[in-house]
Amino acid sequence: MGNKGLKKWAAAGLLWFWTMAAWAEYKLNLQTPQTQLGEEIYDLHTIITVICFVIFIGVFGFMFYAVFKHRKSVGHKASQFHENMAVEVAWTLIPAVILIAMAVPATSTLLTMHDTSEPDITIKATGYQWKWGYDYLKGEGEGISFYSALSTPQAQIDGRDKAGRANNPHYLLEVDNHMVVPAGKKVRILTTAADVIHSWWVPALAVKQDAVPGFIRDTWFKTDKPGIYRGQCAELCGKDHGFMPIVVEVMEPAQYATWVAAQQKKIVAAKVDPNKVWTLADLKAQGEKIYAQNCVACHQATGMGVPGAFPALSGSKVVNGPKADQIKLVLKGKQGTAMASFQRLSDVDLAAVITYTRNNWNNKTDDAIAPTEVKALR
Amino acid sequence: MEAAHAPTDGHGHDDHAHKPYGMMRWIGSTNHKDIGTMYLWFSFTMFLVGGIMALIIRAELFQPGLQIVKPEFFNSMTTYHGLIMVFGAIMPAFVGFANWLIPMQIGAPDMAFPRMNNLSFWLLPPAASLLIAAQFVPGGGAGVGWTLYAPLSTQAGPAMDLTIFAIHILGMSSIMGSINIITTILNMRAPGMGLMKMPLFCWTWLITAYLLVAVMPVLAGAVTMTLTDRHFGTHFFNAAGGGDPVLYQHIFWFFGHPEVYIIAIPAFGVVSQVIPAFSRKPLFGYASMVYATASIAILSFMVWAHHMYTAGMPVEAQLYFMYATVLIAVPTGVKVFNWVATMWKGSLTFETPMLFAMGFLFLFTLGGFTGLVLAIVPVDIQLHDTYYVVAHFHYVMVAGALFSAFAGIYFWLPKWTGRMYNETLGQWHFWLSLIFFNVTFFVQHFLGLAGMPRRVPDYALQFAEFNAISSIGAFGFGLSQLLFLYIVIKTITSGEKAADRQWEGANSLEWTHLPSPAPYHSFVTPPVVK
Repeated sequence: MGNKGLKKWAAAGLLWFWTMAAWAEYKLNLQTPQTQLGEEIYDLHTIITVICFVIFIGVFGFMFYAVFKHRKSVGHKASQFHENMAVEVAWTLIPAVILIAMAVPATSTLLTMHDTSEPDITIKATGYQWKWGYDYLKGEGEGISFYSALSTPQAQIDGRDKAGRANNPHYLLEVDNHMVVPAGKKVRILTTAADVIHSWWVPALAVKQDAVPGFIRDTWFKTDKPGIYRGQCAELCGKDHGFMPIVVEVMEPAQYATWVAAQQKKIVAAKVDPNKVWTLADLKAQGEKIYAQNCVACHQATGMGVPGAFPALSGSKVVNGPKADQIKLVLKGKQGTAMASFQRLSDVDLAAVITYTRNNWNNKTDDAIAPTEVKALR
Repeated sequence: MEAAHAPTDGHGHDDHAHKPYGMMRWIGSTNHKDIGTMYLWFSFTMFLVGGIMALIIRAELFQPGLQIVKPEFFNSMTTYHGLIMVFGAIMPAFVGFANWLIPMQIGAPDMAFPRMNNLSFWLLPPAASLLIAAQFVPGGGAGVGWTLYAPLSTQAGPAMDLTIFAIHILGMSSIMGSINIITTILNMRAPGMGLMKMPLFCWTWLITAYLLVAVMPVLAGAVTMTLTDRHFGTHFFNAAGGGDPVLYQHIFWFFGHPEVYIIAIPAFGVVSQVIPAFSRKPLFGYASMVYATASIAILSFMVWAHHMYTAGMPVEAQLYFMYATVLIAVPTGVKVFNWVATMWKGSLTFETPMLFAMGFLFLFTLGGFTGLVLAIVPVDIQLHDTYYVVAHFHYVMVAGALFSAFAGIYFWLPKWTGRMYNETLGQWHFWLSLIFFNVTFFVQHFLGLAGMPRRVPDYALQFAEFNAISSIGAFGFGLSQLLFLYIVIKTITSGEKAADRQWEGANSLEWTHLPSPAPYHSFVTPPVVK
């Protein structure tokens, strides 16, 4: 390559570097922290990285000095020294001191992280395959309970709507129901899961806590900055692990109160008259909704499942068999498979969804399951 | 790798008159050199299989959206890429080195238990077949991650059972291999070859073998408990039956953390042979290297829970694991300092093995530093299960262990085959690997910091550019390894004749006492070491 070619390459390199710098939204560091704890963690990360960088430069400064000055081609003759007790002791003890010093500031941050006492609001986040459920257990909003699932259209994910994806600023980071909390209040999150381990993670709020089935863990955050903060499930939880985001909306307290009132109205409105008589058509219509929320990820909209992984419901022996067996299976789940227990759904919803599966696709049992039948088998 | 065609020394009755030819030579082999060769070829084959899986992952992640594979298949690829690279590629590669080198370096005629040696190798192909067959059973491969966390693994299809069985077999193979190595080193050293006179490579393997014997049964226990949870009604990891899913993680990482060093320590051993040879200077701080390696091994049993800071632990436990983890950096640092001090005031040359050893030193240290960042609990809370962790362990495993294995192959290829590799091509292989490795993995630090979780088949748009860069790097890295295959085959078939002591700075027994290629049976009568 001649001098000219070299210049060309250098110019191309510079241009590339310049365009790199031009990517302003290019994220090279942790997300901007929105909590005080998040700021502490951000600074901890910066300090440790800088210390490591300085040591790295020091050590490899020696190595590259040797590479350039102590090479055979410049006629350097090898010394034969191979031991030095003082040096060995020094480079054992000094790093030990530096390392301990690095961990010390982390200690107080860690203690703060664990202090979940005296929260203003306690919310339970339950991981399901593959969505989150939120139950407001204590504090303003007590009693509110909802699911929160990915709202990015499937067509954007599988590429049928590429333009939609390109113009979606929150692709894969958007949900149907935000978890709403007030600004300036200490929010304690209890995590648990219904099936496998998930992990509740919102980077900007600096919280990540595994959601372990059968156990309750806790974490907390408090931010003064209203806004919408987005995170994702961080623990591999099966097929749609990449598709169960977490969206936390922090509102001004007054706005939060309005939101709580609206939610509570909804709860009252949604109360079903226990004496209502359900027709087959009613059940099927309700069942279709429940199916779309709870069953479709595995058993698919076609009812055909995924061969080998998730069984088909269309033409299934269980779905076309005795009612009681199917009700029991849905209530209890099936040990050793991905079929979880759906006890958490109401009698009406279970009756509806079971009715729907028994009268859809190739299944034509004409059974209408009464909510009382589900109740009897609980 | 052509050792069989080399003239053998002497005509003792150990030197089979009916020297085996054809298939039976390999199937029935009890010769440490043949078995070492088989380990290395097996390892390279698995490296390609695992590499293809990595490329499927990177192809899918080249752009946002689901283009090529379905999420469940993607999960299966991340799982088996990890399992195959760890158990099929890297571990067998270093066992291959051990087989070839330990008897020659300590002046022994062969391994202590040649038939068991044969069995430990021949268990590997069936285990690998099970891992590959798992892709084709109903439901496809188990998409549970190489860590096989319960209860996701309890849910998985029949592929999980094949995987568990494969791990059982791999474990048996590793344990037998380790017993063989320990016995050989402790009992078969030539007169005068004191323990503290052994080449450091033998020391690192002696320590690694003890680690393997200690932790492989733990892994076998963990997966057996998963198996009984799946089929025999136990509830070890099922809270509904009184078990605990996090128990699995404790058991797994009690194996898993020493496993990290099982991979890294033999790599330290190889580098400790290569750097002094090309510095023409004895290894600095031999004794401290031995002690540092032993300290790393012992400490590696005490830090397992730093892989599970987010799983939920009392603050006291997190503090303990944080401090223990930063302390393990001390002996690792000592090793790095010793290697740099070995180069200091040497007479350096930069042939391919030295380049790879320096690449190892530089990038492994970088991976060590990101490990330190991850050791700090509050920071790890942000980075756990993100691409930062993926970048971190690939710096340690690929730029660490794999580069060290390449350094070792180029270093000993002349001794093994009696032929020299092409230096120009070797250096091309190094630079291509170095550049593409960093293109692939350096940017992943940024992805993790910005909040991209690992093991996802699709991602938000702000991660698109770095993922595209990483995928390009991965394909470049993958293709560069075909150059390596070409170089090795070319060396075996038509390389120039190598000198008995090809590297003037190399002074372990295989270089000073044996011709190149090393004869089929070496040191039938032990050398006397002064």
